Amino acid sequence: MKLNVIDRQILDKVADLHSVPQGAYNIRRDGEALGRHSTANIDIVPKKDKPGIDIFIKPYTKGESVHIPVILSKAGMEDTVYNTFHIGEGSDVYIVAGCGIHNPGNRRSQHDGIHDFYVGKGAKVKYVERHYGQGEGTGERILNPTTYIEVEEGGVVELEMVQIRGVDDTKRNTKVKLHKDAKLIVTERLLTDREQEAHSIIDVELIGEDSSAQIISRSVAKDNSKQVFNLNLIGLNRCRGHIQCDSIIMDNAHVSSIPEITARHSDAQLVHEAAIGKIASEQILKLETLGFTEEQAEEIILEGFLK
Amino acid sequence: MLQVQNLTLEIEGNRILDDIDLNLDRKKLYVITGPNGSGKSSLAKAIMGMYKPTAGSIIFEDQDITDFNITERANLKIGYAFQQPPRFKGITVEELLELSAKNEGQKDIEICDLLLDVGLCAQDYLHRQVDGSLSGGELKRIELATVLARRLKLAIFDEPEAGIDLWSFQKLAETFDMIHEKYDTTIVIISHQERILKLADEVIVMREGTIAEHTTQDKFLSKIARDADCRCRQGCEKGALYDEVECYR
Ligand SMILES: Nc1ncnc2c1ncn2[C@@H]1O[C@H](COP(=O)(O)OP(=O)(O)O)[C@@H](O)[C@H]1O
Ligand SMILES: [Mg+2]
Repeated sequence: MKLNVIDRQILDKVADLHSVPQGAYNIRRDGEALGRHSTANIDIVPKKDKPGIDIFIKPYTKGESVHIPVILSKAGMEDTVYNTFHIGEGSDVYIVAGCGIHNPGNRRSQHDGIHDFYVGKGAKVKYVERHYGQGEGTGERILNPTTYIEVEEGGVVELEMVQIRGVDDTKRNTKVKLHKDAKLIVTERLLTDREQEAHSIIDVELIGEDSSAQIISRSVAKDNSKQVFNLNLIGLNRCRGHIQCDSIIMDNAHVSSIPEITARHSDAQLVHEAAIGKIASEQILKLETLGFTEEQAEEIILEGFLK
Repeated sequence: MLQVQNLTLEIEGNRILDDIDLNLDRKKLYVITGPNGSGKSSLAKAIMGMYKPTAGSIIFEDQDITDFNITERANLKIGYAFQQPPRFKGITVEELLELSAKNEGQKDIEICDLLLDVGLCAQDYLHRQVDGSLSGGELKRIELATVLARRLKLAIFDEPEAGIDLWSFQKLAETFDMIHEKYDTTIVIISHQERILKLADEVIVMREGTIAEHTTQDKFLSKIARDADCRCRQGCEKGALYDEVECYR
């Protein structure tokens, strides 16, 4: 497998990879598989009926990782891919699935990743999805991920979704079903600037008894960018859920934060908190008194907030 | 080292500081006291550059810094510990202290020692975020540590005693002494506390935006000694309004 400079830049940004990863991986570039590797416990199989792969993780696989980064490096690339994860009972795995677009031209590049997760009983999954765009062209960089996750009894899913700069338009749709004792933790980090738009929809159904969900979303909207968050929890059983949605707004940006909680069981405990505001001027002042300029202070505050 | 000359500050038509003249000498420890609302914090902020004066000038080490912004003054080694420090979501205590020392050209700062100096156990605090999860007292101590992390020529502490217990106070007094000795820092402490007043070389009493008195510690303390009988002093907010000289709360 040959990686060029742009491939390496993108892999570094979306998957913290500097070379070919350890463990199982599938690297997709411009709609084609660039490299694929299965391990004894993790089998990656291309789908027959549509673009994409099936990832089979054997029960009780522990401490292994799967990297499935996607690179779009041509202008005018429109790529839709279907990936299905079958995560065996009692396993404990780390999955990294970023997408980076390098758009050198003026036609739009778009990647729609449709990810399905079946998380077996008692399995633990950490799933990291990072989005990144670069390129000198004027062509739009568009990423529309759709993620379905079903978590069986006692499973734990940690979802980290990060998009910092470079993506012009994103519509992120995440649906999660939690069965008995299943647990979900979502951390979302989003920064938009210029004319970018981002829309994030997360629907979580707490189906099983004692299931729990925590969604922590932090975002920064700069320039003329627009962000909309629809974060919904539906409690169908004795369960606990918490949404925390916190945005810093700057310049002429628009942010709508629409958390929604619905309970259909009297023992459902659901909380949502949403806040939008600009950087507190006292924070800037404090950092200035430590010798930083106003611009540096702003950088420090945003970096901390989005960490 | 610092001369405040005919300094007047008006905010929205209200006169907050009224024609203040103040001279600070190198390496002395000053305590500014006076009733709430008398302009102590405003004077400190004007020195730090956080408020632009309506009239008058500020000279620091023979340089007119009246038009300098906050960052420029910070780089001249003037520092200010806020009375009400801001919180920073996502930034840990360790990171904030590293940021504080960053512009000092220091490589390894002893963050653990800094925290000890303000009475906090480093283990418990290094990785905590400087956000709503800290109590007011904890936040206040970390604020002090951010200023102690710097190598300042002039350090102003705005009511540092809030949230500091007795033991830490002793430690803090030692720390003030230490930076005083080691780095030749001129220290200004805004305070109501008799224990802090005892650290002072000179005491400055403010009232209604003016300096009502600028005297030595001995003279000041002998005046308030007479006031020791007043059992209401601790809780008395009006203090100076009723008692012209002695009550400094
Ligand atoms: N930013 C401001 N806007 C309006 N009024 C202010 C501002 N800062 C201070 N003041 C007013 O100036 C007076 C002095 O305040 P301050 O300097 O905080 O007093 P002290 O620190 O002695 O308690 C008070 O009446 C206060 O309300
Ligand atoms: Mg004050």
